[in-house]
Amino acid sequence: MTLSRRPLPAWADIVLLPLVNIALAFVTVGIIVRIIGVDPFHALSLLVVGAVGSPESIGYTLYYATNFIFTGLAVAVAFHGGLFNIGGEGQAYLGGLGCGLAILALDRYLPAWLMIPVGIAAAALFGAAWAAVPAWLQAWRGSHIVITTIMFNFVAAALMVYLMVNVLIAPGSMTPQSRGFAPSAFLPQMGGNALNLSLLLALACCVAVWVFLWHTPWGYALRTMGHNPEAAVYAGTNLRHMTMLAMCLSGALAGFVGVNELMGVHHRIVLDFPAGYGFAGIAVALMGRNHPLGIALAALLFGALQQGGAELAFDIPQITRETVVLIQGLVILFSGALVQLPRPWLQALFAFRRP
Amino acid sequence: MTVPAIALEGIDKSFGSVHAVRGVSLSIEKGAITGIIGENGAGKSTLMSILYGLYRADAGTIRVDGQPVQMDGPRDAIRHGIGMVHQHFMLIDSFTVLENLILGAEGGPMLAGGLAAARAELARLSRDYGLTVDPDAKVADLSVGEQQRVEILKVLFRGARILILDEPSAVLTPQETDRLFRILATLKERGVTVVLITHKLREIMAATDRVFVMRQGQMVAERRTADTDAEELAELMVGRKVRLQFDKVPPHPGEVRLSAEHLGLVDGRGVVLLDDIELALRAGEIVGIAGVSGNGQTELLQVLAGIRRPTSGRLVVCGRTIDADHPGDPAEMRDLGVAHVPEDRQRQGMVAAFRASETSILGYHELPPFSQHGLLNGPAVGAHCARLMERFDVRPRVPGLRSSSFSGGNQQKLVLAREMAREPKVLLVGQPTRGVDIGAIEFIHRELVKSRDAGCAVLVVSVELDEILSLADRILVMFGGRIVGEVEGSRADERTLGLMMAGAGRERDSHGR
Repeated sequence: MTLSRRPLPAWADIVLLPLVNIALAFVTVGIIVRIIGVDPFHALSLLVVGAVGSPESIGYTLYYATNFIFTGLAVAVAFHGGLFNIGGEGQAYLGGLGCGLAILALDRYLPAWLMIPVGIAAAALFGAAWAAVPAWLQAWRGSHIVITTIMFNFVAAALMVYLMVNVLIAPGSMTPQSRGFAPSAFLPQMGGNALNLSLLLALACCVAVWVFLWHTPWGYALRTMGHNPEAAVYAGTNLRHMTMLAMCLSGALAGFVGVNELMGVHHRIVLDFPAGYGFAGIAVALMGRNHPLGIALAALLFGALQQGGAELAFDIPQITRETVVLIQGLVILFSGALVQLPRPWLQALFAFRRP
Repeated sequence: MTVPAIALEGIDKSFGSVHAVRGVSLSIEKGAITGIIGENGAGKSTLMSILYGLYRADAGTIRVDGQPVQMDGPRDAIRHGIGMVHQHFMLIDSFTVLENLILGAEGGPMLAGGLAAARAELARLSRDYGLTVDPDAKVADLSVGEQQRVEILKVLFRGARILILDEPSAVLTPQETDRLFRILATLKERGVTVVLITHKLREIMAATDRVFVMRQGQMVAERRTADTDAEELAELMVGRKVRLQFDKVPPHPGEVRLSAEHLGLVDGRGVVLLDDIELALRAGEIVGIAGVSGNGQTELLQVLAGIRRPTSGRLVVCGRTIDADHPGDPAEMRDLGVAHVPEDRQRQGMVAAFRASETSILGYHELPPFSQHGLLNGPAVGAHCARLMERFDVRPRVPGLRSSSFSGGNQQKLVLAREMAREPKVLLVGQPTRGVDIGAIEFIHRELVKSRDAGCAVLVVSVELDEILSLADRILVMFGGRIVGEVEGSRADERTLGLMMAGAGRERDSHGR
């Protein structure tokens, strides 16, 4: 062995490695697109134009990115505490339910400046409560949180279908959706389309999560638990309480997806609005290295893929919705599961450059 | 001169930027016991791993019986008749001795006959080397000393003529160690070459014919054991004069700070871990807890530090009573003035991935000035860490460096500094110098005595008898979860303590009449 395995410089680790990962993903996508008979460069240009080519498409990209930021942060907060929250999907769903219930109950009485914060708080509360049950089961009963959060996604979906079909459905409606919210519960738009103030909420959450994790004693204790539970016990941290705290924060963040979707866009409670954001949050957090800044950037990429992919599917008949999911899957594969793949190559490159 | 059993010439090995072994040459005489001594991190284990084929050397030659050989793995080493007994036993508890013996020897030439052949071979080895072990006993039922014998038999079974032992006495009582050395002497008479790696001077002096001293990856000296003494070897190891014994003034014990009454701990499966512990710890004294590891010392420390709650009896700490119904927790114990340097600093006392400054407030992170108005005060934490590093000579003095980047000794100094920073009333210290180099040991011991002289009540748990003997004013010996004896520090000697550590005191109690 002649190569000394020197660690990569920090900038290469944080910037170059993810870029190489994404490039690898796109090369693979290009090959697949070629196989189904589409010019990969044409497809790529459509994808890019579709994502950022006009103010409208940028608006949609940012709107999708907002959801990815919420679920990415949710996964990251739990992950720093050593907990793998796979339940973002269900927590987002319940967050929307909470937000919707609060609005349906109060939108006739409250002005917008009060209705909006109450709706946001209700989303956080319901999301946190949905995460608190698996957290409690793990902390006191020893049920593994990965299993319980997954199961809670199904419970959430079933609960929502029941509520929408039997309880919350607007009188006389044929589709399972609630009555429309009063305008006092509409989040102000930013630009002409789906993008709304939730983006600012998401960015504020990025800052808040960063401050919490690295600049408060609770964040310190949470990270201690994640790295080394024995040391956390030694330090006097109650692991049960800390597990509850981490999961409730995580669930609240996931619940904000409901704010973006229902208060920002649909303006009523609908079915299936989490649409996989909860699961994609895992990939976003992984790619963003569980750091709020990284998550914001990864969310932007995922938002662009979502929006550009939709345009692509619209413009090229050979490329279907499923192909777009495949593209997203490959990006997740290369920047998640195979994240370390190019590391030795880069190390060799750097060792060669500076012998 | 006869051909040496093993000759290493110019062995060199780096790990990244760490030059672990630097051009080491040595020759190991056939049929003798050769010691390799050095501090932790001096490179002795790396050197032996190269010889055993676990690492490949960057440069240099290995000769066995004069022939240059290529070691690509333990299999090559075994083929050349080299066997290694690791510090931590590689035995399967639920298997019998015989089953353990053939385990992993599948590639060796001896396996062909299966268990029956192994049984015959074991009988022969036992007869030839005086290593008696019941082949059908389960390993879990054997004492630690017997388990080690199984490890040695395993190596001999594979046809080893050269036996490397890595820190073999770490888990043994002094008596078991003496027995091991008698076994090694028998092996030597039968023509087996033995290499003993240790950092304990006493063992080198007691067991070896010839000793090599390593320091910072280099071979700094070679001596015939008969021509040297412990002082000279210590000086060679550290590179300067070391005082192995240090003077301390007699203790002036004050009020009782911590006392345990009938303290007991039973785990969820009903196993008794602590049984009727009585102890009183006074201000201004060091109480040492001696014992072979695994006899309840770990659990005792956990209970005293508030990490586990006792299941019976009670504990009075600075006026607060703790029992099964009124458990304490580590944070509360800290508030009461109990500081705790845990036995396993890597797993408990620090977070490897944290910066040194973050590790330097572990357990104190919610207190001012580190935490103010719900926010961590980064500059205050950094300054605190820098002060601790200065005062305890932690190197390198970089608060922003990852905790895992520091050497064992420096990690321990950082943890100790953190716990002593608030001038605790009670200081609980587990294995104060495990994995710490001699220079740092001296420093840590001096600091512990200093804090005793300042009026702190200090409890030291250690499996190193030398450490207990040189530090403690009073020594309690634990065996099987009980305190089986108490000796004044000044009147203690290794033999009596060793007998107590092996449970002899208790046996006398129960079978004496």
